[in-house]
Amino acid sequence: MKTFTYEKPASVEEAVGFVGAGTRFIAGGTNLLDLMKLQVETPDKLVDISRLDLAKIEDTDNGGLLIGALVPNSDLAADTRVREKYEVLSRALLAGASGQLRNKATTGGNLLQRTRCYYFYDPAMACNKRTPGSGCSAIGGYNRILAILGASDSCIATHPGDMPVAMRALDATIITLTPGGDRRRISIHDFYRLPGDTPEIETVLEPGELITHVELPAPVAGKQLYRKVRDRASYAFALVSVAGLVSVENGKIATAQLAFGGLGPMPWRDSRVEEALIGMAPSDEVFAAAADILLADAQGYGSNDFKIPLMKRTLIACLRELTA
Amino acid sequence: MHFTINGTAYTAEPDIRTSLLDLLREHLGLTGSKKGCDHGQCGACTVLVNGRRINSCLSLAVMHQDDEITTIEGLGTPEDLHPLQAAFVKHDGYQCGYCTPGQICSAVGMLDEVKKGWPSHVSETLGDVEFNDGEISERMSGNLCRCAAYPNIVDAIRDVAEAKA
Ligand SMILES: Cc1cc2nc3c(=O)[nH]c(=O)nc-3n(C[C@H](O)[C@H](O)[C@H](O)COP(=O)(O)OP(=O)(O)OC[C@H]3O[C@@H](n4cnc5c(N)ncnc54)[C@H](O)[C@@H]3O)c2cc1C
Ligand code: SF4
Ligand code: FES
Ligand code: FES
Repeated sequence: MKTFTYEKPASVEEAVGFVGAGTRFIAGGTNLLDLMKLQVETPDKLVDISRLDLAKIEDTDNGGLLIGALVPNSDLAADTRVREKYEVLSRALLAGASGQLRNKATTGGNLLQRTRCYYFYDPAMACNKRTPGSGCSAIGGYNRILAILGASDSCIATHPGDMPVAMRALDATIITLTPGGDRRRISIHDFYRLPGDTPEIETVLEPGELITHVELPAPVAGKQLYRKVRDRASYAFALVSVAGLVSVENGKIATAQLAFGGLGPMPWRDSRVEEALIGMAPSDEVFAAAADILLADAQGYGSNDFKIPLMKRTLIACLRELTA
Repeated sequence: MHFTINGTAYTAEPDIRTSLLDLLREHLGLTGSKKGCDHGQCGACTVLVNGRRINSCLSLAVMHQDDEITTIEGLGTPEDLHPLQAAFVKHDGYQCGYCTPGQICSAVGMLDEVKKGWPSHVSETLGDVEFNDGEISERMSGNLCRCAAYPNIVDAIRDVAEAKA
């Protein structure tokens, strides 16, 4: 690990005062320290935000929830309001990592965790995300866990998170404090960036911008689920996953909010899939047509070709359950 | 830097990069916690921080100066074993024993999570949690055992959970 200086600010305002290209906030540290040990990340200053007062979950005036960026994944999953009204979020969190990791991993850190692409983790290999301009070893290499949607010629990495997929299905808003002292509200739909030819830039955050909260809108009616398909039954990243909230009225699908993990560089959502379902009587044909819309532009890179049929079957299975 | 570990105050001046695990093992001589992977993947380094189980390899020592840290050395002594230590002995919950301190610390934290009513990935509902062997396996999935002593580990944990209930 490269050495660094360490700061422990007493307030969010002080925290965003430490801007600099080599500065990183550290929250739970479960992703950043992992990458620092491998010298994938080499910050020269760590700003320890773990003791800031951002670990509360509060009710909002419009019936939603305001989640502090430092709420641990365990506590968010176990919160009774989340368990009762945002089941998809509890389920997504509980499907991720392990009991020990969830106790440390934070809401903000989880949103910003980096890809698990094998080559990104190996500084001996070319990787545009780690070393811009060096090439992409995953194209033509091992890419079983990598993207089938939203990739570019520069990078085919996936966002590996589970919680962010549920947050995207729930239309969450990310609230930040900029180094200039401004509050920003960023819809999760606008938060992540496609790789294009700058895969090292993953979100719209400015350097030194701090996530302070994530806000969820009021809960919606209907059934919710999170289904994660992975190589072993526990403690593994998703191959594909579905976060779904669907309601049925008078035999027709009334509302549908669907987001997908394991498909692309960000938790994926496609309004055309939802439009194809709303107003329709649930049937396997309708579900398959929606899946075909989702996957119309999907492209496999060899070892991840299987994700295309796997995603289609998984979505159909989820929609059966959500409309049953 | 000042630390409280197993109720005892320690002072050490480790390099800023030192993980909590390396602080325990290399600086304070508390070698009960083990290093398997050093990347959060195996659970051998599990300790309790303010009563919660975490992977000490993925945490910086400097970030724990105000915390109460409990390691396997703080749970029981050879003369007076912690109930989980005694149950691991009784059920042969190990072969080489390398993962065992992490398994036991993890199980202590896990049973406390169950007591608080936290659900898991395999819980049928997110309401009242029913405790069974499937729950034990899922909740302990962050602790790998190279010797695959898993059935006996589950027996040991079940014993203690039932005795507590
Ligand atoms: C073995 C293993 C298995 C895992 N399995 C899963 C899994 O199945 N599913 C899953 O979703 N995740 C999984 N994870 C990843 C885990 O969820 C993340 O490591 C964790 O959520 C990161 O949160 P953290 O607080 O520890 O972040 P940190 O490591 O502290 O930070 C991560 C990044 O976010 C930045 N950051 C943190 N907080 C803020 C903030 N408030 N504002 C701005 N920037 C911030 C940091 O600067 C850093 O760049 C796994 C991890 C490991 C090690
Ligand atoms: S897919 Fe992206 S992260 Fe993986 S090697 Fe290519 S550039 Fe790097
Ligand atoms: S040594 Fe910490 S999890 Fe393996
Ligand atoms: S007893 Fe040998 S690793 Fe578990």
